[in-house]
Amino acid sequence: MANFFQDNKDFQYHLNHPLMKKIVELRERGFRDKDVYDYAPVDYEDAVDSYNRVLDVMGEICGDVIAPNAESVDHEGPKVVNDRVIYAAGTQANHEALARAGLYGISLPRQYGGLNFPLTCFVMSNEMVARADVGFENIWGLQDCAETLNEFASEELKREYLPRVCNEAATCAMDLTEPDAGSDLQAVMLKAHWDEEKQTWLLNGVKRFITNGDGDISLVLARSEEGTTDARGLSMFVYDKKHGATKVRRIENKMGIKGSPTCELVFTNAPAQLVGDRKMGLIKYVMALMNAARLGIGAQSTGLSEAAYREGLKYAHERQQFGKPIIEFPAVYEMLATMKSKLHASRAMLYETARFVEVYKLYEAIAKERKLEPAERAEMKAYSRLADAFTPLLKLMSSEYCNQVAYDALQIHGGSGFMKDYPIERLYRDARITNIYEGTSQLQVVAAIRHVTTGTYLNQMMEYEKTDFCPEVADLLKTQIKMREDYAAAVEAVVSKGDGEYLDFHARRLVEMAGHIILGYLLMIQGGSDEDYRRSAEIYVKAGYAKNRERYEYIMNLSTEDLDAFKMVKEDC
Amino acid sequence: MKKSLKIVVLAKQVPDTRNVGKDAMKADGTVNRAALPAIFNPEDLNALEQALRLKDRYEGTTVHILTMGPSRAADIIREGMFRGTDGGVLLTDRKFAGSDTLATSYALSCAVRKLDPDLIIAGRQAIDGDTAQVGPQVAEKLGWPQITYAEEIMGFERDELVVKRRLEQGIEVAACPLPLVVTVNGSAPECRPRHAKLVMKYKHAKTLSEVQEKTEDYYLSLCETRKYLAIPEWGVADVDADPEQLGLSGSPTKVKKIENVVFQAKEAKRLSASDADMDALMAELIASHTLG
Repeated sequence: MANFFQDNKDFQYHLNHPLMKKIVELRERGFRDKDVYDYAPVDYEDAVDSYNRVLDVMGEICGDVIAPNAESVDHEGPKVVNDRVIYAAGTQANHEALARAGLYGISLPRQYGGLNFPLTCFVMSNEMVARADVGFENIWGLQDCAETLNEFASEELKREYLPRVCNEAATCAMDLTEPDAGSDLQAVMLKAHWDEEKQTWLLNGVKRFITNGDGDISLVLARSEEGTTDARGLSMFVYDKKHGATKVRRIENKMGIKGSPTCELVFTNAPAQLVGDRKMGLIKYVMALMNAARLGIGAQSTGLSEAAYREGLKYAHERQQFGKPIIEFPAVYEMLATMKSKLHASRAMLYETARFVEVYKLYEAIAKERKLEPAERAEMKAYSRLADAFTPLLKLMSSEYCNQVAYDALQIHGGSGFMKDYPIERLYRDARITNIYEGTSQLQVVAAIRHVTTGTYLNQMMEYEKTDFCPEVADLLKTQIKMREDYAAAVEAVVSKGDGEYLDFHARRLVEMAGHIILGYLLMIQGGSDEDYRRSAEIYVKAGYAKNRERYEYIMNLSTEDLDAFKMVKEDC
Repeated sequence: MKKSLKIVVLAKQVPDTRNVGKDAMKADGTVNRAALPAIFNPEDLNALEQALRLKDRYEGTTVHILTMGPSRAADIIREGMFRGTDGGVLLTDRKFAGSDTLATSYALSCAVRKLDPDLIIAGRQAIDGDTAQVGPQVAEKLGWPQITYAEEIMGFERDELVVKRRLEQGIEVAACPLPLVVTVNGSAPECRPRHAKLVMKYKHAKTLSEVQEKTEDYYLSLCETRKYLAIPEWGVADVDADPEQLGLSGSPTKVKKIENVVFQAKEAKRLSASDADMDALMAELIASHTLG
């Protein structure tokens, strides 16, 4: 009897965040649905009350159904029968429980059968599902595809597909990767051609590493412009499984997230509908989809950190050595407190990013209904920029942290952690994909570095510095200001060289320095409301200072010529 | 073959005795209800699921919860609405207080007569009293047949409802015409989860007493325009019950003695896998009447 919503006070902090009132009012458009739908809120308080109640249902299913199934799902995994995916029994049970509770379509509009909850609530649901079963979060989280349809598809397509997600719990997939197009999606070759006779687009080709590849509704990136080889020849299509024109050739045998079916798919004259405009597939829609998916990985990573931290904490209390529980030893309690600070930091960043994304997306949606006021337009642009800067930073920091938290949690278990007897062994394997898929950590740095050089991060640090912090964190503020100065100096030192390769070489260090400072500020802000967060801020900022000093020293003492020693490795074979 | 049913589910709000802390019992040996969270009695949830499955299957079927208890027991009726019932009735009156199973069964049977269902489904027993008497006694008071220990209500065959029973030695399938009382075992399928949209639709459902306590005007006007949000409360007079057969005066059960059981065993005993140790253990268990 566990409830993953009720046993985590952080959710209340973020549900009641000051920005939520604005978000809810924008989303509900002055609560206009209240007389149309019997489940629509009448005001802000009523809306938050509904979020609490429904997330309580979600938390109960995560605690009582999904988490207890995780072990058997990991052992059993999905299989391919007659070219179709059959989920593990536990996966199927998880899906059915969420479907029966009417939770699919959590943030889709009511007119399509959705609950119209803020993105923050969808992210919370992702986090709770991930804590219960990391792999299952992929299936649940792929509702992102429905969000993308809602954002870019025609009304006709929305009416066809979205109610199926909300009312029939249709699952989704995003079919992007191919054998020769992974990080570099411009190389996608799956062909789409317009068939005059059948009056439809037909897809032919192979997709690889497709999560939930046999889902009911697939968004497919395909080459619609014959003879092209770059991003401008790619369009986005929606394919309906009912056509039966795809075959699952195989399911990958993975190290972790074994319950999540990773498919190789063959499309043979598969009828599909164009989403949005031709040639905008990669440039616009996949970018939006990827950003949503990266936020999803942020949630998945945070949920995983939560699970791993709890496993480590539990074991450290239970395990007795030298006549006392091992949590009594500094080596162990240091690990746990550090894990907790990384967990809190990940979560703080996760919801900050979700809020930024949501505000600009809401304005974008409103702009389709009416002309925005100049102040609203300015706000939309500012939040859009912050979302763009925070999303890769979140993905980078939270996925690396969940690997570190899982590593330390396993270490606390000692030899037992290496055995299949404890959940931490599964969590450790599950963690390893988070900093690889939806863009590796290295690619997140590529997306984030321009916000280092253009000053988005620095400006946001200054913005956070203006916060009226609680007196207890006064000393931390001094440390943070010093860190910000070091960061600005290190950025200047690298940029002033005017050498692109040198910038790329130090990019990760600079992005991580920014990350430590921004996450530190978020924890300090949160520290105003709770002593527990204050302790995490203290631990995080002090460690962050030391880590940033290390990076600072390294950058300041490495000349462009020093790169030669590294480059020589290319000569090895 | 009867297609639509009028079902009443008997449900009870109980203290959650599955997670008892130190203060679960008062010094006098009675349950400290204030210290334990109030929950939907688990086997009543199994009963509710059986009712909702019939509602899914036979169009036009209605499911109402009947519960007896203090004002806060209205939670049980809301919980039912969140899972798909059509509503419910809270049987509440000071004169019901102190009822044992006999008086409770009498009160419930009076309310059932007024509701006039053709099927009553109840959990086998409640986790606070563990008597398993109320369902069968209601059937007796009404003069209806009963099928106990049900694991699955399989549906109609001709005019009879077919029910699978879980008994100690195995499974028995019984059939019976309506009206009928069925009590459901904990081994029956778990109740479906609360449904998000129903939770939001019915969260403001209130009894009249609860409405009077509330001060937020908007939600009050909501109850006026949305009639389905009103939860009826019935007292003794509403169900034409004889006050003599209710409460303490209607309850022949007298508690003679309550013992505080303190577990004596403090540590585990380690035995080798030898025959000698096994035999010694068997002898000890037989001597202490744990076995045999």
